[in-house]
Amino acid sequence: MTTLADRPRLSAAELAAVRADFPILDRSVRGGKPLVYLDSGATSQKPDPVLDAEQDFYVRRNAAVHRGAHQLAEEATEAFEDARARVARFVGADVGEIVWTSGATAAINLVTYALSNATLGRGGEAARRFALAPGDEIVITEAEHHANIVPWQELAARTGAVIRWLGVDDDGRIRVEEAADVVTERTRVLAFTHASNVTGAITPVAPLVARAREVGALTVLDACQSVPHLPVDLHELGVDLAAFSGHKMLGPTGVGALYGRREILEALPPVTTGGSMIEVVTMTESTYMPPPQRFEAGTQMVAQVVGLGAAAQYLDELGMEGVAAHEAEIAAELLTIGDIPGVRIIGPREATDRLAVVSFVVDGVHAHDVGQVLDDAGVAVRVGHHCAQPLHRRFGIAATARASASVYTTHEDVEAFRESLAGVRAFFSL
Amino acid sequence: MSSLEQMYQQVILDHAKRPHGKGLVDPADGTAHGESHQVNPTCGDEVTLRVEVADVVPADGGPAVPTVTGLSWDGQGCSISQASISVLTDLVVGQPVAEGERLGELFRELMGSRGKGLDESTEDLLGDATVFTGVSQYPARIKCALLGWAALRDSLVLTGVPTTKEHS
Repeated sequence: MTTLADRPRLSAAELAAVRADFPILDRSVRGGKPLVYLDSGATSQKPDPVLDAEQDFYVRRNAAVHRGAHQLAEEATEAFEDARARVARFVGADVGEIVWTSGATAAINLVTYALSNATLGRGGEAARRFALAPGDEIVITEAEHHANIVPWQELAARTGAVIRWLGVDDDGRIRVEEAADVVTERTRVLAFTHASNVTGAITPVAPLVARAREVGALTVLDACQSVPHLPVDLHELGVDLAAFSGHKMLGPTGVGALYGRREILEALPPVTTGGSMIEVVTMTESTYMPPPQRFEAGTQMVAQVVGLGAAAQYLDELGMEGVAAHEAEIAAELLTIGDIPGVRIIGPREATDRLAVVSFVVDGVHAHDVGQVLDDAGVAVRVGHHCAQPLHRRFGIAATARASASVYTTHEDVEAFRESLAGVRAFFSL
Repeated sequence: MSSLEQMYQQVILDHAKRPHGKGLVDPADGTAHGESHQVNPTCGDEVTLRVEVADVVPADGGPAVPTVTGLSWDGQGCSISQASISVLTDLVVGQPVAEGERLGELFRELMGSRGKGLDESTEDLLGDATVFTGVSQYPARIKCALLGWAALRDSLVLTGVPTTKEHS
């Protein structure tokens, strides 16, 4: 097992410089309390270079991309495609393997509707191998976010395919060994998260990809939680498709990406159709561009894409090894809340192979009430089921509170959180 | 008192700890009954609330009116949602159906008051439910306080007893 803490971490000076790039972290909340932002798993804050890139695009270069021959159109197209190249490099993909979407949810839905269209015969001979038939199986896991569950349920309902899943153990780690039985010749898709947004557990990708390959199933990775926090090389991971969102990786909302191995994207039929994705249109039929344009119909979210490119650059310049090492330290500190009487961590309690995402319950106090007391101290955490009801049900609970960090999270943040959490039970006279 | 203390008043904490009416009870024979299951999808809180309604002659005489003769519920959720259902139980049981519906309307108005509360005579009608005024300062928590009241409205409709509006 790799211990992330073995890697070089951000120095105190680097961390201070990072903090200075995030103006929102200086504000106060709830009557003058300094903001302690521990909800980065839901959405990260944005540094000045990202905000500036988006602003600069509108101020100096705004024009429609991939059309028009004027100078602004050229510059806008260049900014748009430079961002694609930057993001592709950031996740270890080729430039043509990154499709812009409005977010990760849209990316996974794109995959499920492309498979649906293939099932209906769209995409011709090349797409036939993606067609699903009644009795085919789609395997997911109990650790998934709703965005990696519901689209598959809908696809199953449209095609007659059946949903099966891998369970999780008492630490919330996916039972990878179950793949030997659950992933079979009938399995057409294996969709799983790279890291849980609830437990923070990092999934060992290699054995799952290996098993899927043995049976010829397509692999789809939800990389929303991993890409902002770990060095991710999608080619090395070997998955067929992957989704991640911009807003969780210091980028803007409204943009995310679908990664697809080139030969997979080339064979998949389009989903959203219209302008910008066609070659030739007649009154009765059309031919389509190669990927990624085939999947990018209509006017794109260009400014957000440019902002996301800046976010990838920002993280690149910090170095993801250092980011991961810093967050591993934060994870270890967050895990010490397990020592507070009445606090129970849902997820792995050791700092290895996990992110700085720590969900917990407090005996006798509902998660919403925990969150409210923390909020009164300026500490922002997420409460609820975090879009993972099946995982919560697995642990017999309806809701948890969750502290999640990012590159800008400090030891002082964790200390302030710990201190207010330690007072929660007393507030409720427990 | 801080905003947090205004929100979590002692009455609320007491009701949350020892909620009234919790535990579903089978409706008595000869009563109309309705049951509603409400979920708060953002947090997973849920309640199943059951009412029984029978015609009762008011204490001051006059014709019998449909009255909430029983109310029980089960569910799980935060202290605000649990306390709110408990207070609702105390307020509504024994009231004419029309009055129960009216209290629901007033409570929804209170939750829209952004911490300011309602006029004194209205607050008198709401009794203990006015302790939730502090909750109305927190937009994310208003739905917690309203969960049980939504179940009440729905279950009263499901009794099949004509509602206020149909009466008038």
